[in-house]
Amino acid sequence: MDDLLSEFLTETGESIAVLDVELVKLEQSPDPAVLQNIFRLVHTIKGTCGFLGLPRLEHVAHASENVLGKFRDGELTVTPSIITLILGAIDRIKAILSHLEQTESEPDGNDQDLIDQLNAVAEGGEAKAEPKKAKVKAEKPKVEIKAAPEPEPEPEPVREPEPEPEVAAGEAHEEAPVRSNVPANTAQPPAVRDGGNQLSAEGPKDSAVAAQTIRVNVELLENLMTLVSELVLTRNQLLQMVRGRDDSEFTAPLQRLSHITTDLQEGVMKTRMQPIGNAWAKLPRIVRDLSVEMGKKIDLQMLGAETELDRQVLELIKDPLTHMVRNSADHGLEPPNERKMAGKPEIGKIVLNAYHEGGHIIIEISDDGRGLNIERIKAKVLQNGLATEAEVESMTAQQIQQFIFKAGLSTAEKVTSVSGRGVGMDVVRTNIERIGGTVEMKSQPGRGSTFIIKIPLTLAIVSALIVECAEERFAIPQISVLELVRVTANSEHGIEMINNAPVLRLRDRLLPLVSLKKLLKLNDDKDAERQETFIVVTQVGTYTFGIIVDRVFDTEEIVVKPVAPILRHITMFSGNTILGDGSVIMILDPNGIASSTGESGMLGGGQAAEATTARDSHSDSKTSLLVFRACGDDLKAVPLALVARLEEIDVKDIEHSHGKPMVQYRGHLMPLLSVDGSTNFRAEGRQPVLVFSDRDHTMGLVVEEIVDIVEDRLKVELTANQPGVIGTAVIAGKATTIVDAGYYLPQAFGDWFGAAAKDFGSSDDSGAPRLLLVDDSPFFRNLLTPLLSVAGYDVVAVEGADRALHLREQGREFDLIISDIEMPGMSGFEFAMAVRGDPRWQHVPMIALSSHASDKDFERGRMVGFNDYVAKFDRDSLLSTIAQTIAALKGAA
Amino acid sequence: MNQIVPAKRPGTELAAPETQDFVTMLIEGQLFGIPVLTVQDVLGPQKITRIPLAPREVAGSLNLRGRIVTAIDVRLRLGLSRGSDDKKGMSVVVDMGGELYSLMVDSVGEVLSLPSAKFERNPRPWILAGVSSRWEFIAWRQSFWLFWTSVSF
Repeated sequence: MDDLLSEFLTETGESIAVLDVELVKLEQSPDPAVLQNIFRLVHTIKGTCGFLGLPRLEHVAHASENVLGKFRDGELTVTPSIITLILGAIDRIKAILSHLEQTESEPDGNDQDLIDQLNAVAEGGEAKAEPKKAKVKAEKPKVEIKAAPEPEPEPEPVREPEPEPEVAAGEAHEEAPVRSNVPANTAQPPAVRDGGNQLSAEGPKDSAVAAQTIRVNVELLENLMTLVSELVLTRNQLLQMVRGRDDSEFTAPLQRLSHITTDLQEGVMKTRMQPIGNAWAKLPRIVRDLSVEMGKKIDLQMLGAETELDRQVLELIKDPLTHMVRNSADHGLEPPNERKMAGKPEIGKIVLNAYHEGGHIIIEISDDGRGLNIERIKAKVLQNGLATEAEVESMTAQQIQQFIFKAGLSTAEKVTSVSGRGVGMDVVRTNIERIGGTVEMKSQPGRGSTFIIKIPLTLAIVSALIVECAEERFAIPQISVLELVRVTANSEHGIEMINNAPVLRLRDRLLPLVSLKKLLKLNDDKDAERQETFIVVTQVGTYTFGIIVDRVFDTEEIVVKPVAPILRHITMFSGNTILGDGSVIMILDPNGIASSTGESGMLGGGQAAEATTARDSHSDSKTSLLVFRACGDDLKAVPLALVARLEEIDVKDIEHSHGKPMVQYRGHLMPLLSVDGSTNFRAEGRQPVLVFSDRDHTMGLVVEEIVDIVEDRLKVELTANQPGVIGTAVIAGKATTIVDAGYYLPQAFGDWFGAAAKDFGSSDDSGAPRLLLVDDSPFFRNLLTPLLSVAGYDVVAVEGADRALHLREQGREFDLIISDIEMPGMSGFEFAMAVRGDPRWQHVPMIALSSHASDKDFERGRMVGFNDYVAKFDRDSLLSTIAQTIAALKGAA
Repeated sequence: MNQIVPAKRPGTELAAPETQDFVTMLIEGQLFGIPVLTVQDVLGPQKITRIPLAPREVAGSLNLRGRIVTAIDVRLRLGLSRGSDDKKGMSVVVDMGGELYSLMVDSVGEVLSLPSAKFERNPRPWILAGVSSRWEFIAWRQSFWLFWTSVSF
């Protein structure tokens, strides 16, 4: 059933039950307050019916309201006969409601008779009381007769109220504002009493909907949640005590208790869960109004509205969400003509997407508008004195964007009624962080902005990492912990000091560190010689930093309790809790720690988001490399993206077939190769294998030892004319041989790319011409990119024609485009036509790559605009073709 | 009526005007008293979690039957020296505005019933140096001091 309808039925059912009682009360003593209540209830029913498009109900309620209005205005005096008539109307409403409940539509027929009578009474108010009474009495039987065709028999209205109903009425009246369903149930019996026999059939049906949902005071649920949280804690404590005692007689019952507690916790949590759609309900209207007001065309898409989250959290994010959507509509999206000029569809898109991800809810708000205007933010930052000019100059775009989360910064030129007063995003951020969430932002000029909000599912129970520092234990909310790094005296990750500030070089990024010991002014006697410390890499917003602690224990589910008022001023703690072993532990607040380190929480931050945006920008992009040793002591590396899996195989499992080693792997035969081409494997034990895989081919490269995975710039400094080696690069500070996976693949499968690979010759560096590589196979992209970059080209690889055209939209320029032909979506031919059909890239030479290299294909390729056509994986041809094309281009220029 | 109204604790409204009951406790050989109705528990030595950055007199927090109680070292609060570690102190847990505080003292004595008539105002000049005025002292003609915790920090 429609939510709205079932809610209406529940609510109206309650109102009707109250009305029955109240009307009887009114008949006994015409109290204005009672009358007022009746009038209000009938009026509400009428209003809701009209809203829901239920004309029969509406008309009956309207006629009744008229009569009641006359009572109220004193034009009519309350007489039992009129009350009877109104009760009759109420019963009619009940009958229609029960039909509604079964069929979700109003029954056929009309209520003109009843309405006429009611109107007559209302009209007759001016006339004398006597005839009116007679009239009503005379017509009363008619009510019943007419009502007979109705699905439910018309009950005999209540006439003689007894003392009990009054009590019930009193209760009902009192409780009505509490919106509890209890009055509905208690108030039901008096109405049923007189017409008990007739109504007995109706009774259960009438309340079917009402019985399925009850309204419960939120406070009650909150109390329940608190109690359950306590129960969970006590359960944890008990479990801790019994742990390690196998023979305890408590084990079995405790296990049961544990299960029940978990179920109970889940059950209670569920009562608090609400779909996020509830928080979005207002948005279409807001966006619509905005689009009218601002003359924009906006398409609001809401995905994952059914994602559920805690009611408390929902309440807290409602306003920030509304604000952000409003911002997107107001600041983000451009007016239609501007959009047209930018080559975008006229209708701007705002997409809200909510989904669960590991105990958190992720809400994305993205628009395809103009993105953040870095220059304007810069100007504003300077104007408001948030940073000096020198500081601003040294900041990355990402850092500057973060300023929108600062107070007093609005980039809207005009303050509209909608936004632009500069009290927005900072409040949004504060609100989200207050509930332990984070908000991240990505923006591309001209392409739109995306806000990503990550919030915990519930505030009541959170997962926390327990750490120790100076023999004190602390809890850190898991949501803000990115990773843990163990630092020992002789490990390669050492804590370094820059300007007396500790930093950690982590995957070639400098991570600022804070010592929890110093921060909390803890003194530890054993501080002097500690063999190992741990760094909890923590993220607050987009600021990532490390907290130095002595030890790390496990994670535990904790119930956050506020600290005592005398401790509230300590910003380092967000609360405290009791652990499973019964001890009290303070919960660290990453926000407080971040701000105490003097970091504004945004400047110097932004690494996390930066990493994602940097993926596309080629000049300083990093590649994850797998470093290993094979055939000798020197380090070798291969782009991690090429490696499908790392496996360890037992040497015993290696089989030989026509002299080649292979192994049965996942139901298929996987050929094995070693780096130097030999087939000498270890005599026994296990041997690590890098598994390369593309489409249905899988091969294993046998290595001695897998050393590390590092993220570094892949800049091949020395090229080698040795087959299977691309060259040598400095990776993580060490000279490393970059292995050419492409060499080994055809050795394993002659038909890997339909053509055998030849060894690779380098071409002259020609001032780093920019190449765009379009290929749907990630494997091929990963293979060609290093090859081409080693040949001195600046390569951007994308997975499809749409992505490539995206780059064109961004105004990127290339000297040459290399495109695959067989691609899902837009094929290479279509892509070429699209490129040629637009002035921007019209003159960029294009080379087609395909495994089908017939003359016909060549011809077709030329037709659509490819300058050349190269058989896939004929690397020599490809490189020479590129070199020629580039040379021609230079000659032309 | 489905709303549960907590039963009023009898005696919260200062029942007998003639006498008042006090839990007595000893700090540095001096006797103090605290109205018995504010006292929730009397505890022996407890495992206390230190709270870094907290005010000096906050000894830490402890778990009292699932509730977190903030422990206050009364000696430090009164400007006295920290008690020696070998003496195992006792604590009086009091409820203040819904929050529980555990007042750590040297020892806890019996409950005394004192006539209200003998109540005397705080002799200001006698207040120890360093004692904040937020702690009020009540003197009886008896030879001991009582202190009153109705004022929060």
